[in-house]
Amino acid sequence: MSPQQTLDTGAAVRAPENLTMAAALNAAIRDAMVDDPTVVLFGEDVGPLGGVFRVTDGLYAEFGETRVSDSPLAEAGIVGTAIGMAMYGLRPVVEMQFDAFSYPAFQQIVSHVAKMRNRTRGKIELPIVIRIPYAGDIGGVEHHSDSSEAYWTATPGLTVVSPSNPADAYSMLRDAIASDDPVIFMEPKSRYWSKASLALPVHTEPLNRAVVLRAGTDVTLIAYGPTVKTALATAEQAEAEGLSIEVIDLRSLSPFDDETVGASVRKTGRAAVVHEAAQFGGYGAEVAARLTERNFFYLAAPILRIAGFDIPYPSPKLEEYFLPTPDRILAALSTWEWS
Amino acid sequence: MSLKVENPSMTAELTVPPLRLIDDLGHAVPENESGGFTLPAVDTLLSLYRQMVIARRFDVQVTALTRQGRLATYPSALGQEACEIAAVAALAPQDWLFPTYRDSIALLTRGVEPKDILASFRGDWHSGYDYHTHRIAPQATPLATQALHAVGLATAAKLKRDDTVALTLLGDGATSEGDAHEAFNFAAVWQAPVVFVVQNNQFAISVPLDKQMACRTIADKAIGYGMPGYYVDGNDVAAMYAVVSAAMDRARSGGGPTLIEGLTYRIEAHTNSDDPTRYRKAADVDLWRSRDPIERLEKYLVAQGALTEGVRASILAAAEELATTTRDCMTEQAVVDPLELFEHVYSTPRTALAEQRALLAAELDGDALASAVATEESTR
Repeated sequence: MSPQQTLDTGAAVRAPENLTMAAALNAAIRDAMVDDPTVVLFGEDVGPLGGVFRVTDGLYAEFGETRVSDSPLAEAGIVGTAIGMAMYGLRPVVEMQFDAFSYPAFQQIVSHVAKMRNRTRGKIELPIVIRIPYAGDIGGVEHHSDSSEAYWTATPGLTVVSPSNPADAYSMLRDAIASDDPVIFMEPKSRYWSKASLALPVHTEPLNRAVVLRAGTDVTLIAYGPTVKTALATAEQAEAEGLSIEVIDLRSLSPFDDETVGASVRKTGRAAVVHEAAQFGGYGAEVAARLTERNFFYLAAPILRIAGFDIPYPSPKLEEYFLPTPDRILAALSTWEWS
Repeated sequence: MSLKVENPSMTAELTVPPLRLIDDLGHAVPENESGGFTLPAVDTLLSLYRQMVIARRFDVQVTALTRQGRLATYPSALGQEACEIAAVAALAPQDWLFPTYRDSIALLTRGVEPKDILASFRGDWHSGYDYHTHRIAPQATPLATQALHAVGLATAAKLKRDDTVALTLLGDGATSEGDAHEAFNFAAVWQAPVVFVVQNNQFAISVPLDKQMACRTIADKAIGYGMPGYYVDGNDVAAMYAVVSAAMDRARSGGGPTLIEGLTYRIEAHTNSDDPTRYRKAADVDLWRSRDPIERLEKYLVAQGALTEGVRASILAAAEELATTTRDCMTEQAVVDPLELFEHVYSTPRTALAEQRALLAAELDGDALASAVATEESTR
């Protein structure tokens, strides 16, 4: 199934529940495993423990060792064996536990997961979901707060997405598991405990689309994953100051939804992109460049990037100075000439 | 062989004889020295001989084509036929093979057409055969990465209760890679039906094995993972076939993985761009040429009366026919379509790729127009 198609499992809609993002992700994996016997789940601590963030809680008990298993602690091994399983008709969902711990799997992801379909002229598809809890703001020690998205978005062949809320978390993970293409599914750790009332199974926008979360007229603020909350707070704060900010949640980083974002930028004439990753060579550079190339004559000001500083992610006591805040975003917007 | 782990200070001086069933002179080794393995029947050996001769003819032909500049590259397996052919011969139809760039003759032996093998080496596309029909994964270029794919596929087969076994070919240098370690460990922990065949051809491009590892044999490493390991004379196709077949049977019956090291030698350069005279002596190459796997089996089969002049002539004729087919497929115009570049990256079409495809299409149309104008002008 392609990400554009509507997910219709035929399952009855359940009564609304107040769910965290972690619980919504859990429900998405569970429902996918119920609907499709080829879905298997493995990784580090995803079994009886239920994952360090409890995203896989209860799945081992429900589906057993053959479909949910703890693997040896080796990320290249996890992704490499997932490739072989996918070649044999399974749909593996694997977990990297923490962003920076995905790097041992870099070669398997970049050289094989991303390229297998092209290498084999479409004869071998790899419907693999690689879940990567990412980004900071949780007081994590070193290597537990990286925003590694640009490594993946720079790699043709990968689909890279990041939900910002429980409803999207459920819907996008279902779509990712159903996709015949490999998906890097980036879960913002700081949002795992955010809650929403959901009647599952919920289906939001298609996997490859951005959404306008809050309409505005003066500025387009582009965010994804953990910074969507920051962008919404910024818009709220700006409204009091008489500035109307339109907030876009990209949801899909690769592909980039030029249509939705471009329409907003042409309307407002001003845009800024917000992410936790370092600015230099970060994902925001691509966003600013392609929006400028395509919409230059609609722009009243250069597109800004409000990103992490160009430094390694800081220790817990210092991360508040690193992360983009509404104040820093508004200060950046105030550097534009407003006539 | 012994799986006993030695003190490192002892291993330096320890030489272990590899398991063999037919010796250098073409004689069957005594039963008490054959490690519990039985010499394959003469018919089986004759079939292996035939496949080795044909494979070598292909290898020599493709190396020649590469020297003529008609292929981008070709990593030869000359001298390693016993390992390659024994591994493929031990496969059942439902089994999967995970080869590397050096294992083209394994593909040939499993039935892939020369033109499909050469598609990648002549630069048509990165890989060019039907993986599902032949049950062969794309030839892996990054080292040892395919070993993990083999473990994953084998595990999936086990989960589905199929009797499929995966066999992966590795080189000695690749065993230094982390992915090799992870593959051995995952396979053993998951009791995956997978067989690792390491062709120890003694060089990783130029680096000899003693700079890859400090242990006695690659096969010794198996004990650290909790699986059986066998150190085999990789130029004895009888031994390789017997050991690999036993490992396949064990994997198929739920006995888990096996690590098999075949001691052999890379007679040719790493690829056509390599200069082996910079790192090894001609005398060493000559020594290993004298241990040729095909000649060894030939002596045995002749002595058994199985390889008559008539049979030999028919095998050589088949080999020449394949060489001709291989040369002929190079004269066929390979169809490469620049617009196909965008076709296979994603199953879901992407707008950005459609735009880039249109850009290239316009460039191609422009070229066509320019060339039409040039033709018209030249005919005036």
